Amino acid sequence: MKDKQFWIVLSGLIVAFLIFWFAGQPMFNEDRVVMFITIVAISATLLYNIRMAKRGETFYLRPIPGLKAIEEAVGRSTEMGKPVLYVPGIMDMDQVETVAGVIVLGHVARMTARYETSLNVPVSRSIVMKAAREVCRESYMMEGRPDMFNDDMVHYLTDDQFAYAAGVNGIMIREKPAACLYMGKFYAESLILAETGNSIGAIQIAGTASQAQIPFFVTACDYTLIGEEFFAASAYLSQKPELIGGIRGQDMVKVAVISVIILATLLRFIYETWGVGFDAIKLLTVQ
Amino acid sequence: MSMTVILGAWIAVFLTFGIFSYLYKDNPFYKTAEHLFVGISAGYWASIFFWTQIQPNLFGRLWPSSEFSAESLWYKIYNGLSFLSTSVFPPGGIDKGHDMHLSYLIPFALGIMMLLSLIPKLNWFARWGIAYTVGMAAGLRAYGYLNSNVLGQIKGTAASFTDPNMPFFSLTSVSTFNSLVILVGTITGLLYFYFSKEHKGVLGKASKVGIYFLMISFGASFGFAVMGRISLLIGRFVDLIKYSAGDYNNATLWVLMIMLIILGYDAFKSRKTPPVNEEAV
Repeated sequence: MKDKQFWIVLSGLIVAFLIFWFAGQPMFNEDRVVMFITIVAISATLLYNIRMAKRGETFYLRPIPGLKAIEEAVGRSTEMGKPVLYVPGIMDMDQVETVAGVIVLGHVARMTARYETSLNVPVSRSIVMKAAREVCRESYMMEGRPDMFNDDMVHYLTDDQFAYAAGVNGIMIREKPAACLYMGKFYAESLILAETGNSIGAIQIAGTASQAQIPFFVTACDYTLIGEEFFAASAYLSQKPELIGGIRGQDMVKVAVISVIILATLLRFIYETWGVGFDAIKLLTVQ
Repeated sequence: MSMTVILGAWIAVFLTFGIFSYLYKDNPFYKTAEHLFVGISAGYWASIFFWTQIQPNLFGRLWPSSEFSAESLWYKIYNGLSFLSTSVFPPGGIDKGHDMHLSYLIPFALGIMMLLSLIPKLNWFARWGIAYTVGMAAGLRAYGYLNSNVLGQIKGTAASFTDPNMPFFSLTSVSTFNSLVILVGTITGLLYFYFSKEHKGVLGKASKVGIYFLMISFGASFGFAVMGRISLLIGRFVDLIKYSAGDYNNATLWVLMIMLIILGYDAFKSRKTPPVNEEAV
């Protein structure tokens, strides 16, 4: 109850909704009430934690080795005088992994600007190219090195999956980057890229939520950010309170999901054995 | 067999061996195959996007032939565009089975804004298109993800343990043991991704079980994908064997032999030339 303003607004909204509900809930799809409650509960949890973080409450974040290694990788490239290769996946900006990959690119670009290391970002989608350029330009400006930025550091290869893989492989074996970072959504090209990076002796860090590709990155890369670790990367790298608050909020949502799983299993067992209570599975089904 | 089919087979064999030659080292054959692949695919996809998306779905909804009227100002603009290209803007409107939807002017405008990035002073317009894409996707996918990845996952994990017909153990069908594995795996897997508490004590042990579950599933997925890759390789070899026949003028054998000779000569020559010490330079 630390954030009184939040609880007053939330209580007000709940009372308003109850009045609306008992007034006959016009234009409300009752079949989706579970989804409505889920969205409201998750949004409220995230907002509360973000507000708490902004107010100065500190949250602990357990260390993730792959994220610590990003700065080491950029430092290694600087020492060796070789570029950093950043691959933001092969999908467009409508994929959450690509968005996360472009955000992490911003942090990597700040590091390369700080260390005066060259950065190479081949992309496979035009909108990603535009977004990645904007992010890199901003990072170089924030580090006070706009002179080091040039549009060509983010360049388009092709939309085709394997042609893109062939193109990135060509860049790898000719430029021999000291660090290869793969952050985004990947498909079958993941192993081709990671194996080539491994063959040139680059330090490799991958981050993706593509379940089928994580095994390949785990096998061929030095560090792999698995699923949620990848999405949390931005908060870790920026240390911005609002992002760390978001991570804390997501953790609370995970605890809530675990609780609901256990509760639903128990309720289902009681309902099916003794016919007491209600069918929890039916309740969770959204039409 | 026609000359074009034979020529196609020779090109396919050359490009296949060109890509395979990368296993030796970077060489002109690989470079040729790579640059052809990248260049042609970039042009191919640009053409495909235009003729399957922009022309029929965007222009086809803005100027459909079903509502063509030579008197209206809207179609007068269209007639003006027809002077640019009659294949893109055919006379009488575009017949792709769509009705007129002027709401498609929004994506049209966003597309124009993306193109404005070619003019440095108007570069910032492109951000609107990016902002729209990211914002739209976030909102659109949030509902689907919540339904499938949260509620669907909870329903799938909260399995039944009371079904008298369900065996305790089965590798191929639903069983009590499998339901228990899913329950424990999901909960411990979720705990592994708990970031705001140190993984010590009970949480540490549970998250360790979670990472074991994750690694076992990754291993299974890896094996499954490798099997798929092997079948792709077999498919390529089947084609190479087919093209080695006399019908194709023994394309596979000739291309392989010529490549081996050239690469062998290159290897012999580079062995004689002492490598340049880059660090000394």
